[in-house]
Amino acid sequence: MVWGSGFRERLGRFAFRTAAALGLGLVLLPLVLVAWLSFFSNEILSLPPEGYSLRWYGAALAQPQFIGGLWTSAAVALLATAVGLLVTLPASFVLTRRAFPGREAVVQLLMSPLVVPAIVIGSALYMAFVEFEVMTEMPLTGSVAGLALGHALLTIPWGLRLLTANLAGLNPAIEEAALSLGARPVVAVAKVTLPLIWPGVVAAALFSFVVSFGNLEVSLFLVAPGQTTLPIAILQYLQWKIDPTIAAVSVVQILVVAAGLLLTDRLVGLGRVV
Amino acid sequence: MTAVRLDRLTKLYGATAAVDDVTLEAREGELLVLLGPSGCGKTTTLRLVAGFVEATSGTIRLGGRDVTREPPYRRSIGLVFQNYALFPHLTVFENVAFGLRRRRVAEAEIGARVRRALGLVRLDGFEGRLPRQLSGGQQQRVAIARAVVIEPDVLLLDEPLSNLDAKLRHDVRLELRRLQKALSITAIMVTHDQDEAMAVGDRLAVMGSGRIQQVGTPAELYRSPANRFVASFVGRANFLDASPAPGGFVLASGLALASEHASASAGTVMIRPEAVEVAAEPRPGPNQFPATVDAAAFLGASWDLELALDGGERLMATVPAARAGTEDWSSGRRVFVRVDPAAAVGIPGSERPATPAHHEETPR
Repeated sequence: MVWGSGFRERLGRFAFRTAAALGLGLVLLPLVLVAWLSFFSNEILSLPPEGYSLRWYGAALAQPQFIGGLWTSAAVALLATAVGLLVTLPASFVLTRRAFPGREAVVQLLMSPLVVPAIVIGSALYMAFVEFEVMTEMPLTGSVAGLALGHALLTIPWGLRLLTANLAGLNPAIEEAALSLGARPVVAVAKVTLPLIWPGVVAAALFSFVVSFGNLEVSLFLVAPGQTTLPIAILQYLQWKIDPTIAAVSVVQILVVAAGLLLTDRLVGLGRVV
Repeated sequence: MTAVRLDRLTKLYGATAAVDDVTLEAREGELLVLLGPSGCGKTTTLRLVAGFVEATSGTIRLGGRDVTREPPYRRSIGLVFQNYALFPHLTVFENVAFGLRRRRVAEAEIGARVRRALGLVRLDGFEGRLPRQLSGGQQQRVAIARAVVIEPDVLLLDEPLSNLDAKLRHDVRLELRRLQKALSITAIMVTHDQDEAMAVGDRLAVMGSGRIQQVGTPAELYRSPANRFVASFVGRANFLDASPAPGGFVLASGLALASEHASASAGTVMIRPEAVEVAAEPRPGPNQFPATVDAAAFLGASWDLELALDGGERLMATVPAARAGTEDWSSGRRVFVRVDPAAAVGIPGSERPATPAHHEETPR
């Protein structure tokens, strides 16, 4: 692109860059603040800090609910991602390839976790799980499986949107070419369609993981003592204390998500994904 | 021997017949072109043969085998698409090898056959490239290699040249023709481009309104079209309203036109522009009419003239520049037109494609 050099053009360029910088700053500011706070040495937050130390990271590691919460959150997020993809992958194929009565209703149903407040989903799930436990005597509330099932619900709209967008953008003739060359439909999907929508699958997995990993509202109803997710552990800690331990834990949480993003970028290139 | 045989093939979408009672065969080793305007059913017919569209009724036979209810992957077809449809994530080699791998051909044989196929389309050395690293013409040649390497019963070509620019289209057209003859593979090609159809087709099937209007060699269709639809789709033509008379026709203006192809059912006389002779002076012979030049365009090899007969009829004429000599045709000039009685062909009058008598023509 060629930039003009008149006064108005320079003014416009300046305004554009200022707006971009402001927006970026607004997004980054909380992250930077949290990271900064986590290194303060004083227990009660005050500015300027009395000094810097790594003691809050030590304090965080010493609290079993944070370590346990991190692992639970990771396990739940991975499981929820897998369950979500098991639903959204076949669903997106059917929804992009077939026109059938009630198609729009199915789309709305699968997208509804985005519309219904998460707190409502959480309480509804809790009641349903309790009823289920009463009937079968199988514990669901407070289990990783129960949490993952609840979170999977939240991942479905993300997975569905990303996968249908990728599938819809695919030239249908490519799959037909595979069929004409003797590939059965399953083989055509495995050898041609899936490799071509792979960036979309990775993006769907990434978003699902992040949505589940950071979820608070649904988890609130489904955790049990000793079996809690990281966001819940943070919330519970905050109810009693407000020292930079929380900031240190949050930095760890941010790093986990950042690692996921970097990994995605390495695997498929983020630019192709979102 | 017949390689492909369609028998009373029909495809209904709701009450609309996209393909309407089509009976057609492609002979072993010939290239049959389905020619027609968009919406005429030619692409649906091709997709029926490929197996992507299920027939409402009728049968499809490939090499004597009834495949009407077989899915595409059990049909032994090679398909070439307008948009190439190469597998973008696979190399040229793997694209061409795809069909062979599905047939579990031994690895050593795959290598040999892929290389031979790429050699046929003159793409030796391109094995390791990805489709996006190739030009459009090269991509289409890979698509052709991919389709023929599996030695299918029939090669189906769906507007294979439409995405290429004019110069390339001509080259790939020749290439396609050469290859199809060299492999003596049976092929069915769909196109809306009459030049393309006439250049590559052994036989042409002109389609309109879901029906086969006429099947024949390019020359047969050009010289004796079955109806006005075919005549206007294959080459340019003058159509004059006429009623049959002894030895020929009487035109709407009352002029008598001698014809060797008079028929009682004809309501229209077709005269190709190159069959209209134009001269400054009258010459002996039948069908001599005074006329005025309305518009004249010099095209190098020929003159394109628009003429108004004194009776009122209008005629397009193409006069070879060599025959016109140094004559300079200009509008307003008085001339004499002569039409060879052999070149005046009577055809049924309707401009619309023929539709069957047993149901109403459906709007489209």
